[in-house]
Amino acid sequence: MRAVDTLWVLVSAALVLFMTPGLALFYGGMVRAKNVLAVMMNNLVAIGVVTVLWALLVASLAFGPDAGGGLIGNFSLAGLGSLPHTLAGFTHVGSSPMSILVFQMMFAVITAALISGGTTDRIRFSAFVVFIALWLVLVYAPLAHWVFSPTGWLAKRGVLDFAGGTVVEINSGFSTLAVVLVLGNRRGWPSERMAPHSVPLSLLGVGILWFGWFGFNAGSALGMNGVAVHAFTNTQLAAATGLLGWLVFERLRESYPTTLGAASGAIAGMVAITPCAGFVTPLAALLIGLVAGVVCALAVRVKFRLRYDDSLDVLGVHGVGGLVGMVLLGLLATKSVDPNGRNGLLAGGGFHFFGVELMAAAVAVAFTFSMTWVIAKVVDLTLGLRVTPEQEFAGLDITQHAESAYSVGGMGRVGS
Amino acid sequence: MRAHRTGVPAHMGSARAPTSPATLRSARPVAAGEPLAVKLVVAVIKPFKLDETKAALEAVGVRGMTMSEAQGFGRQRGHTEVYRGAEYQVEFVPKLRLEIAVEDDLAEQVVAAIADAARTGKIGDGKVWVQPLDTLVRVRTGERGTDAL
Repeated sequence: MRAVDTLWVLVSAALVLFMTPGLALFYGGMVRAKNVLAVMMNNLVAIGVVTVLWALLVASLAFGPDAGGGLIGNFSLAGLGSLPHTLAGFTHVGSSPMSILVFQMMFAVITAALISGGTTDRIRFSAFVVFIALWLVLVYAPLAHWVFSPTGWLAKRGVLDFAGGTVVEINSGFSTLAVVLVLGNRRGWPSERMAPHSVPLSLLGVGILWFGWFGFNAGSALGMNGVAVHAFTNTQLAAATGLLGWLVFERLRESYPTTLGAASGAIAGMVAITPCAGFVTPLAALLIGLVAGVVCALAVRVKFRLRYDDSLDVLGVHGVGGLVGMVLLGLLATKSVDPNGRNGLLAGGGFHFFGVELMAAAVAVAFTFSMTWVIAKVVDLTLGLRVTPEQEFAGLDITQHAESAYSVGGMGRVGS
Repeated sequence: MRAHRTGVPAHMGSARAPTSPATLRSARPVAAGEPLAVKLVVAVIKPFKLDETKAALEAVGVRGMTMSEAQGFGRQRGHTEVYRGAEYQVEFVPKLRLEIAVEDDLAEQVVAAIADAARTGKIGDGKVWVQPLDTLVRVRTGERGTDAL
């Protein structure tokens, strides 16, 4: 074990945690002013709930020694008490077990927080809290064990996923789809104007996400080494081409390049590089970002065609971006970057690895969507997922939290 | 171009030098029972025309006015906003509303000054209209009628 590895993982954990407030700003700016605090609250409460559950139970379920069949970990790490010298299956990793678990905690936090982007303007706060707790244990923990833990069944089949193209991106995207199908569309959507109330706030949020993503991807090397440096670099490259790709798409398709498009493109690029970051060359990263920028720009328009209200495009950017990343990883992975990796189809690796990546993506989609749908349905039937029409019209900030983000009226007197 | 009346009316018991009149006023006192000889000129104009319009009003002797932000449309089209694939038509265009209380005889002059100054010749220049006023009071002193101008 090397101190520098643990140091890098701890720094990365802080960077990843920072992404959740960044996400709150990104989402907050894109909703209407009457609902900005509610979506930020969803992000905040996710930090609280997930941290506690992770420490008490979920870290063990995800990274504990396998309880059987590579399906789930046992309870031996519960409470983060007596940790082993090495986490099950992790050989040649230089950072301490505790540092890895606290790093991974932040991944669970942000994946849960991401879901709040689809449910904005209409989800009941208490129902969201209960939903997140159930989802964390029943959806996130198993999938994290299957892919991230070397004892998980997908990992044992040779699935590569550097930082969570399945566990975080596909998971958040398709879980959100399941929830919004149960929750229902916003009243008045899509004909009523529901424009962002503060684009600058969103842009600030994207900057924070971008900064934090270096920890998300490079930290997933679980040490300070050449692979980490590659992951760091590839993150930046994919973000840049993602940004440009989305802008070009807008300019050609809609005739105006927008800041929100540029920001979303950068995110799409980083989403797609997430599973690939330590496994592909810099040139490949440029390509991956570009493909994601264009594909996701197209994907976010699908919801209008199919009439489902994924308010802030969690599926369109994270779900689809994650799929793009997994497919391209199957094509472009190369052992010249990480000798412990694989070669993709275009690097002479043949169809087997490509097929394994597709299979993992398909498993992630099917499992996260169906399990989340069941959980959402159960919560809806018992607690009720959605606010009343009156509450929805008045806004969630006032009705769910008795708070107003901005004092109305130029002289600060009128309104709350 | 200044239009002065002869004989500046005396302030009620005040020892101050006369301040600039709120708007154009005459020395003619208002007899009891007579309808108020004051009109409210209201103008909706393009925001960037404010400075020119204010200058033109000052040139005809108007010193005070109230300005508020408004939105409006007539024949002028609004604009389209796009946020990640969601298009919104915004019909209303930002405008400014000016309100000026003037003496009856001077209303037409003020209307013409505004219309000339605020005109660009393009759609969306706005409108000016005149409303009769029932009562006018200066809050500081309680003066009424044309004395409140």
